[in-house]
This record gives sequence, C-alpha cells and structure tokens, in this order.
Amino acid sequence: MAKAAIEIPDDYLDGLRRCADTEKGDLSAFVIKAMLENYEAAKEDRRAMCGDTGLPRWYVKIGNEARIEGGPIALEAALRRATARATTGVPLRPNRVHPLWRTDHNNNVGINAPEIEYAFHPDADWIELTTVHKGGLFGTDYRMLFPGDGIEGIKRFYLDTLVGFGKRGLACQPAIVGIGLGGSKDTSMVLGKQASCLRIVGSRNPDPRIAALEEEFKELGNSIGMGAMGFVGSSMVIDCHIEVGYCHTGGMPMSVHMFCLSSRRACARIFANGKATFPTDPMWFTDYMRRETIEWGRKAAEAAE
Amino acid sequence: MSELKTIHLNLPARTEDLRQLEIGSVAYLAGRLFTAREGVYQRAIADGFGMPAGKDALGITNFHCSPAASINPDGSYTVGAVTATASFRFAQWLDGWFRLSGCNIIIGKGGMTSETYRQSFVPNNAVYLTTVGYGTGALLGRGIKRVAGVYWLEELGLAQAVWVLEVEKFGPFLVESDLAGNSLFERENAKIAPGLERHYAGTKPATLRRYGETDDKTKEVI
Repeated sequence: MAKAAIEIPDDYLDGLRRCADTEKGDLSAFVIKAMLENYEAAKEDRRAMCGDTGLPRWYVKIGNEARIEGGPIALEAALRRATARATTGVPLRPNRVHPLWRTDHNNNVGINAPEIEYAFHPDADWIELTTVHKGGLFGTDYRMLFPGDGIEGIKRFYLDTLVGFGKRGLACQPAIVGIGLGGSKDTSMVLGKQASCLRIVGSRNPDPRIAALEEEFKELGNSIGMGAMGFVGSSMVIDCHIEVGYCHTGGMPMSVHMFCLSSRRACARIFANGKATFPTDPMWFTDYMRRETIEWGRKAAEAAE
Repeated sequence: MSELKTIHLNLPARTEDLRQLEIGSVAYLAGRLFTAREGVYQRAIADGFGMPAGKDALGITNFHCSPAASINPDGSYTVGAVTATASFRFAQWLDGWFRLSGCNIIIGKGGMTSETYRQSFVPNNAVYLTTVGYGTGALLGRGIKRVAGVYWLEELGLAQAVWVLEVEKFGPFLVESDLAGNSLFERENAKIAPGLERHYAGTKPATLRRYGETDDKTKEVI
C-alpha cells in the first residue's frame, strides 16, 4: 500500500511524459511539470504523492489451485489489517467515514470498506493482490443508453463526462479513462472502474473494433482543446480503455471513470512457496475474464485466441 | 512557451501584497496558515462556536484541505502529504467565514465562481489560490516545517480538524482570483468552449434525457 501511495506506476509516468512532450498550453505544461517534480519528491521523501490518498481498495485474483491458510475470512481480515496499518504507517488520509453520521475510525476501515473484489485464474497456484487508491469524488459518471443511441451516443456521453469534469480540472486529468459498456447497471460501473484502474497504459482490448474505438476516443479526448486543470491545452487522456459485458437486449448502459494524475496502483503476486513478485501490470482482464463460453478448458481457450 | 510570473508571499499577507497577484501567476507562501473545511465551517458558523483561536494563533490564510497526517505515541504529528479539496462546495459559508476569521487568502482545489468572488471575496480584499495538478501533495508536504497546533481534533476527527501549519516555500499555487474578482478557470473555460461544438458534431444526445439536463457547453457542473 505504501508503494501504491508513493510511487507513480511506470506506465502512467511514461504516458504523462508523452503528453508533456506535445503540450503547447503554457499553464497546462506548468501543471504537468509540477506533477513530475511531485512524483520525484514523493519517492525521495517516501511520502504520499497526493494528500488525498483516495479510497484504498483491493482486487484479489485467486489461482484455481491456490489454497488460502485460514480461508477467505482470514484473507479479508489480513487485507483490512493492512489497510489500517498503512493508514498510520504511510500515513494515508483517514478518508473513510460513515455516510450519514460521518464517524471516522481513522483507519480507512468500516462498513463495506475497503472494497475487496475477487476474480479467479485457471491453472495457477498464486494469489494476486492489487491495491488501488482512487480519488472518490469527481470524474465518474453512469448513464443508461439504448441500442439506438449507437456509437454516436456513446461518444456524446464520453465527451460530456470529459468536458463536465475536465473544467477546473475536477477530474485531475490527464487521466486513464475507463469505459464500461453493457452488463447490468452495476456491472457497467465495475467494468469501467477496472478498465481505468487495472489495465496499464498502452494495453488494448483484444477485439480489434473495440481497440480501434479506444484509439479514436483517446485522440478525441486530447483534441477538445483542454489540458491539465481545465486550462487550454491537449493533455486530457493518457489512454482510453473499454471493457464490455453482455447486457439487456433493450439497453446499453455506459460508465466513464478517470484514473487521475495520482493513478495509484500496486500489485503483488504471491506464490505457494511464499515467494512474491511485484508486476506493474495486474493482468486483471485475461482471456478467462473475458470468456464467452459456458465451460472453460483447453478448447475454449483456443477458440478465444 | 512563456515562463509564468512567480511571486513569493509572506503570511499574513497585506492587501498591498495581494495587489501584485495576477490570475495565472505562480505563488509560493511562507508563514502561518490553517486548514478548515466543511466540518469547521459548520461548527464555527452554523453551530455558533466561533473560531477555535485568535488570528495570531491561526493566521489569516485558510487552506481547504485535510492532511495525510497521523499522531505519534508521544503526541507529536507526522504530516506526509497535503492536497486541497474542491472548494466550490463551501461557498454557502463564505460570507460568515470572512467576517469571523478575517482571512484574506483562501487556498483550495478548483476555485469558486466569479460570482462568489465578486460577492464574498472582493468586499473582504481576499484572493483565491488554487493548488496545482491536482495534486502536488508531496511538494506541499515538503513545505511544511512544523505543525503549530491542532484544534477540534476530538470534535471533528483528524481529517476535518483545524491544523495550523508553519510553512516555507510552500507551493506551487496558481492565482485563480485577483482582488477584482476575476477567475482564471472561467477565462480558460471561455477560450475552450467555442471549439467544443466541432467535436460534438455528429454525436447524438441520449434517448433517455436526464431531468434538468442542459446542452449548453458554457455551463459548469459546479
């Protein structure tokens, strides 16, 4: 969790540097330069890169052959303990409060907090833990679209979200924009969030038509004339990621999420022998995750390729 | 690309110091300031408790922020990073707040509307500085030299409490509003809005409208 809070991931950093190279707006360029200095300061001093350390949360991917000592209850307790410990240790801001009574346990743990989401992986004996600390207030929106709204309707809602939250830099752009398309309403939100937070900059959806849309939307976002903090410029979208889920035949729900200038994500893969690796890419969206078939096996895997 | 004008201000700032601030210039601060946001406004103004301490103790520069801080076993404080929170939500308390606190600099995220500046800031000779990014939490954290005091920690919790900070070369900030009540963000919005139509061309408004929705691209969500 300290790594997530302090060190900007390499893929985001490289993407931001590319934005900086082409940014012509002097205010927007100043903002990016200040952010690049801020990442250095955070690493040197071992302090959180942003004072709003967001809502820390967990993504857990469990290999089919992995067995957890103490079971899932022990795992969840460990993740809640780690969250509380990091809150005083790093320190993180104790952002989590009760929605009505505003009571604060000062440890980022409470009812339904932190979120823990699960996914699984075939033929693996490891567990992968990814922590994401995402700001919680602006830059995300959901809308129920319909099949008749088509790509042009999707484009409109994408632009609306970018412009609406881009003004004054409420979205803390340039951002990794995640779009969730389809699924149930809640699935559309979950997919969009995962697309922004768990896919690395430069990755593309395996469906070539969706990949082309990702490219198009990235270019579109960077050509509206707006940059960092909503100043005149071209730095809005570090990358655009789209994930889809099968939805109601009458609908086309859509969500847009923006993972900000402090795109905080860190991943640890823990193997059965106790060893761990720390990959930049959580590899959340796999062929298995995006499967269309009923069964999963060698045949289904080959068909997916 | 042109270099932005940079100004170093000592706190508390005098009105004549604030006169040199033009929107879009860069500012660094040295001296004493304090954090206050909705919890403090509610308690000080709406609940009638007044200020937790005098101007000498708090300063007259209000930062819309909660620090990522923790309290050590010996009672001292560790302040890691500080980043502002979005200010537009606090406009409702401002008139009472300026009267009560005597503040003449508000620091936050994203500014407020020029209408708020004209109504509440200009009569009080106050300006708004916005944090950069957002947010340069680590750089700002470096600028904090000492926690001079914490008020209402029990009552409001760590995130909403009043943190009094001694700072040096604290920044960067951008001047968002000047003494005349002009807004940098609104100036930039006005430059960008005319070009937006071109990118919207060919897109379709959603079949299912939202109640109260507008397609006016000059509008803001705040």
